[in-house]
Amino acid sequence: MIRIFGRGARDGASLSDNRGGPWGPGGGGDDGGSGGGPRNPWGQRRRKPSPGGGGGGDGGPGPFDELLRKGRERFGGGFPSDGRPYWLYGLGVILVLWILFTSVWQISPQERGVVTAFGRYTQTIGPGVGFSLPAPFGHVAKFDVQGIRTISIPTSGENLILTGDQNVIDLAYSVRWTIKNPELFAFQIADPEATIRDTAESAMRSAIARVTLDDAIGAGRADVSQRVQANMQQLLDDYGSGVQVEGVAINQSGPPEAVNQAFLEVSAAQQRAQSAINNARSYALQLTARAQGEAAAFDRVYVQYRAAPAVTRRRMYYETMERVLQHVDTTIVEAPGVTPYLALPEIQRRAAELPQPQGAPAQ
Amino acid sequence: MNRTLRNPIAIGIIAILLLILLVSTVSIVRETDQAVIVRFGQPERILNRYQPGEQYGAGGAGIALRVPFLEQIVWIDKRIQSITMENQQVLSADQQRLEVDAYARYRIVDPLRMYVSARSAENVSSQLQPILSSALRNELGRQPFAALLSPERGQVMENIQTALNRVARQYGAEIVDVRIKHADLPSGTPLDSAYERMRTARTQEARSIEAQGSRQAQIIRADAEAEAVATYARAFNQDPDFYDFYRAMQSYQMSFVADTPTGQPPRGRTSIILSPNNEYLRQFRGGGGGGR
Repeated sequence: MIRIFGRGARDGASLSDNRGGPWGPGGGGDDGGSGGGPRNPWGQRRRKPSPGGGGGGDGGPGPFDELLRKGRERFGGGFPSDGRPYWLYGLGVILVLWILFTSVWQISPQERGVVTAFGRYTQTIGPGVGFSLPAPFGHVAKFDVQGIRTISIPTSGENLILTGDQNVIDLAYSVRWTIKNPELFAFQIADPEATIRDTAESAMRSAIARVTLDDAIGAGRADVSQRVQANMQQLLDDYGSGVQVEGVAINQSGPPEAVNQAFLEVSAAQQRAQSAINNARSYALQLTARAQGEAAAFDRVYVQYRAAPAVTRRRMYYETMERVLQHVDTTIVEAPGVTPYLALPEIQRRAAELPQPQGAPAQ
Repeated sequence: MNRTLRNPIAIGIIAILLLILLVSTVSIVRETDQAVIVRFGQPERILNRYQPGEQYGAGGAGIALRVPFLEQIVWIDKRIQSITMENQQVLSADQQRLEVDAYARYRIVDPLRMYVSARSAENVSSQLQPILSSALRNELGRQPFAALLSPERGQVMENIQTALNRVARQYGAEIVDVRIKHADLPSGTPLDSAYERMRTARTQEARSIEAQGSRQAQIIRADAEAEAVATYARAFNQDPDFYDFYRAMQSYQMSFVADTPTGQPPRGRTSIILSPNNEYLRQFRGGGGGGR
C-alpha cells in the first residue's frame, strides 16, 4: 500500500512539472471545461478505463489520447498495459486538486468564515484568503455579516392582530436583521430564519396587545416598533442566536377590510363637522361685518343729522317718498265727501298687461 | 503479495473493506450534534454533550472512535429546535373562543435520558407536541379572555413553560421558551361580532364628531348674532327716535322700490292710496306751515 501511494505521489509530482502540457487540453476536453473544481477530475477517472483498456490507438482524437501518448513517451514501455500508472497518475492529480479546491477559501470583505476541523470549531476568519483542512475533514461556512436581510410579515393577505381593547387591526411589517456572531448563528439555532420570523410575530402581537386600536393604527406605531425590536433582540439573545435586529418597520397598519368603511365614515364625519364650523364662521363674519357696516352708516348719518335735525329729517322723508311713489300706482282721495272707487280689477289687469310688451318681442 | 497488489480488482476490494471499517470506526461529531454511542442497544457514552455556556471549539466535537459493528452511534441535534402548534381553538375562562398558534423552543440537554425514553429526536418532538397543546389549553382555559391580551400574558406563558418543562425533562429536553404567536378570534361569528362592535364604535364616533361640529357651529353663529345685536344697540341707542325714522325710510324704500334683477318681470305692482291728510301731501293741499 505504502509503496503504491509513494509512487502515486511521485507521479503526481512529475505531472505537476508537466502541468502546462497535458492539463491544458485535458481540462478543456472535459464537460465543457468548467472550472468547477474537483468534480471534473472524477469524471475523468470514470472514463479512464475505456482508453486504457481499448488501447490508445483506436480511441477518438480526444485530449486523452494526447495525454496517453505523452505518458507513454515519458515512461516508455516499462509499465504494463493494464493502465495502472495512468490510474495512479490521475489519482494523484485529483488528490492535489481536491486539496487545493477544498482547503483554500476566499472570504469576501463582507463575509466571515467559520472554520471547523473534524467537525470541531477552530476559528472564525476574516476577509482575505483562509485555509482549512481538505474536504471531508475541514470546512469553512461563509456568512455575510454586513448584508441586511429582511423578513416581511405577512407574505400575502391580511395579518389580523388583536389590540389591547379587543379590536382587530390589519398589520404589515418587516424586520431587518444581520448576523452579529457567525459562530452562534451557525451552531445555535436549527432554523434561524424561521426562528426570527416566529420571534417577530410573537413580539409584535404582544406589543400590539398592549396598545389601543387608535395607538396601533396612529400615533403609537413608532413606539410599538421600538418595543418589538427590543423584545426580539432580547429573545434572540436568550436563544444565543447571534442575530442582530437592525429595525422593525411597520409598513401598513389599519383597520381590516371588513370594517374599513366605518373608519372612512369617521374621517368623513370629521370633514363634515369641519365644514359645518367653516360655514358658521363665514356666516358669523358676514353678520358681524354687516352689523358693523350698518352701525357705522347710522353713526355717520346721525352725526350730520344732529347738526340740523329738522331739515335733515324732512329732506330724508321727501327723498324717500319720491323714490317710493315713482314706482307705485298712487291714488289720492281728495274730498272727504267722495266715496273712493278702488278700481282693483283695473289695477290687476294693468299689472297683467305689463309683462306682455316684454314677451311680444321675444316671439 | 506483489501480484495481489497489482491486481486492480483486489486493490478495489481491499480499499472498499478498509473504507467500511474506517466509516464504522471513525465518525466526526460536529458542533451542532450530540451523539450517544450504543452497544447492543445499551447506551455506552455520550459525545459532545450540551453544556450551558460552553465555548465552541472547547466542547466534545471532533473525531470520535468506536468499536466497529458492535457500537452504533445515535445522532441528536444540539441546537435549539422548535415545535409549533397551529390553529388550536382554545376556550378562555369566560367562554370566549380564541384561535391560538404557539411555539416552544427546546434543546436536548440530556441525550442519555432522551435515548432511553424516546430513542430518537423525532420522537421527542412528536411526544412534546400534544403536551404543548394540552398545557396551553389548560392554562389558557383558566384565564379570562382579556388576560390573554394583556401584559399578564407573560405570567401565563411562564406557567405553560413550567408545565411543559416538567414533561420535557423526562425526555431529556429543556424548554427554552414558549410563546404564543397568534391569538385571534376565530373566523365566523366571533370575528363578525367583533367587526360589528368596531363598526358601531366607529359610527358612534362619527356621530359624536358631527354633533360636536354642529354644536360648535351653532355657538359660533349665536356669538356672531349676539355681537351684531350689541353693535346695533350701541349705535342705534344714541337716538331711538331718529333710528325709528331712519329705519322706516330704509324700510319703505326696500319694500316699495325693491330692485328686480334685470331680465325678470317685476314682482307685481304696488298701489298706494294716500289720504289727503297724509303728511306727504301737506304742501300739496296748500296748507303751508308746519301745522295740520
